[in-house]
Amino acid sequence: MEWLTTVAIILGKSLLLLVALLVFIAYILYADRKIWAAVQLRRGPNVVGPWGLLQSFADLLKFVLKEPVIPAGANKGLFLLAPLVTCVLALASWAVIPVADGWAIADINVGILYILAISSLGVYGILMGGWASNSKYPFLGALRSAAQMVSYEVSIGFVIITVLLCVGSLNLTEIVRAQETRGLATLLGVPWLTVLNWYWLPLFPMFVIFFISALAETNRPPFDLPEAESELVAGFMVEYSSTPYLLFMLGEYVAIMTMCSLTTILFLGGWTAPVALPPFTWIPGVVWFVVKVCFVFFMFAMVKAMVPRYRYDQLMRLGWKVFLPISLAAVIVVAAVLQVTGWAPAS
Amino acid sequence: MTVAAAFFYLFSCVCVASAFMVIASRNPVHSVLFLILAFVNAAGLFILMGAEFLAMILVVVYVGAVAVLFLFVVMMLDVDFAELRQGFLQYLPVGALVGVIFLIELVLVVGSFVIDPALVKTPIAAIPPASEMSNTAALGHVLYTRYLYFFQASGLVLLVAMIGAIVLTLRHKPGVKRQDVARQVARTRDTAIEVRKVPFREGV
Repeated sequence: MEWLTTVAIILGKSLLLLVALLVFIAYILYADRKIWAAVQLRRGPNVVGPWGLLQSFADLLKFVLKEPVIPAGANKGLFLLAPLVTCVLALASWAVIPVADGWAIADINVGILYILAISSLGVYGILMGGWASNSKYPFLGALRSAAQMVSYEVSIGFVIITVLLCVGSLNLTEIVRAQETRGLATLLGVPWLTVLNWYWLPLFPMFVIFFISALAETNRPPFDLPEAESELVAGFMVEYSSTPYLLFMLGEYVAIMTMCSLTTILFLGGWTAPVALPPFTWIPGVVWFVVKVCFVFFMFAMVKAMVPRYRYDQLMRLGWKVFLPISLAAVIVVAAVLQVTGWAPAS
Repeated sequence: MTVAAAFFYLFSCVCVASAFMVIASRNPVHSVLFLILAFVNAAGLFILMGAEFLAMILVVVYVGAVAVLFLFVVMMLDVDFAELRQGFLQYLPVGALVGVIFLIELVLVVGSFVIDPALVKTPIAAIPPASEMSNTAALGHVLYTRYLYFFQASGLVLLVAMIGAIVLTLRHKPGVKRQDVARQVARTRDTAIEVRKVPFREGV
C-alpha cells in the first residue's frame, strides 16, 4: 500500500505543475503577442476580457471546437501521433526542473542529461508530422527542421559541458546550489553578492551561445525556418488544424519555457536571490525563478520582434562554423583554467 | 518493488514487441519508428537497473541523433511495395540459408563462451557502491584512467570515419555563389557606392 501513496503523491505534484505551467504559458503567449505588437506600435490582443487578458483561453476554445481535418492521403495514425509526441515530450522535461529548492518532481542524478535527451526527441514529432501529412511543404519543413535541431543540439551540449565542468554534477539542483555558494563573488570576497556568483558573468560567451542556440532549438524567430510562412506556407504544420495544431503550438511554447528555465538554472542562478541580504532573501525562491524565466522570455520575445529571419545556409553556417568551434574551444579553455587555478570542484 | 516489477514487464514486453515489429511491418518508416520505440524501452530497462547515465546516453546518441538520420534517409526513399513483395519466394531459400548459418554460428559462439581463468584471477577495479558514487562519476573514473587508451583509440576511429564521410561527399562545384561574411562586413562606402554624373536625357 505504501507504493500507492507514493504514486498518488507524484501524480498530485505532476498535476499541480501541469496546471500551473499551462496557465503560465497562456499568459506567456499573451505577453509574446503584446510585446511583438508594442515593438511594431500596434495594440495587440485587446478585445477578449480586460486588456485582452483572456485571449489565450478564447483561442484554446476556438481550436478545440473546430473540426480536425485529416488529409485523405495522410498516414492517419502517425498524423495524429505526431502532435501528441511533441506535446508530451515537451511536458516530460518539466519532471526534473527545480522551480525552487527541492521543488522538483524527480530530483534525479542525471537531470541535465535527461533534459538533453528529451529535447533531442522533440524532433520526432516534427519529422513524423511532416512525413505523415503526405504533402510537399510539410515534408520540406520537417527535413529542414530536423537538420536544424540536430545541428544546434551539438553546440548546446558543449555549452552545457562548460557549465558542468564548473559545477561537477549533472544534477540540476546541484547546479543551482553551486552558483549559490561558490563562484566569482566568493573569490572577490563579497559572498553576499550572489549575482556575481552566477555563471552568466564568467561564462558570458557561453551564455550568449546558449541563448541563440535555444532560439534555434525551439524554432523561434529568427530561426523559424521549419514553418517559414513566406516560403513553406507553415512548414510541417500546413495540414494540421484544430486540436492537433493546438498541441503542436502548445508543445512549442512548453519547449520555449523549458529552454528559458534551463537558461535560468544554468546561467542565472535558478531560484537564488541576486543579493543574499534580507529584503531579497525574504522573497521565496519560486518567485525569483519565475521572474528570471520571464526576463529570459522577454529577451526571446524581443529577438522575435526585432531580428529578420535567417536564410537556411546562414543558419547552418552559424551552427556548424561559428558556434561549434567556439564552444568546443571553450570546453578546453574552461577545463584548463579550472585545472590550473585549482578551482575545479572536488569529485 | 511492485512498481519496479510492473515497469520491468512493461518495458521488456514493449521492447520485444517493437523489435519484432521492426522486421514485420511493411512500411520502412514504421520499421524505423518501432526501432526507436525499442531503443527508448531499452533505456527504460537501463534506468530500472540503476544505470541512469547509460540510459540517457542511449537516448541522446541513438534515439536523438543516429535514428533521426536513419529516419531522415528512409523517409526520402521511394519504396515500391509491390516490387518489394514480388521476389519473395525467389529469395526465400537464400535468405533462409543465411539465417540458418547465422543461427548455427551464434549457437557455437555462445555455447563455447568461457571467461579466461587467468583473467578471473587478476584483480579488477572494485565497483563502488551506488550509495557512495553516482554511476556517471564511477564510469568516468574507470574510463579516463584504466581504459584511457581504448577510449582515445575509439575516438580516433570515429574521427577517421567522419573524415572519410566528408572526403566522399566533398565536391567543389564551380560557379556556386557563396556568402563571405568577412567580405560583406569589410565593405565600406567607398567600395560599395559609385556616384556618377548622369547627363540629362542620355542615361548611363
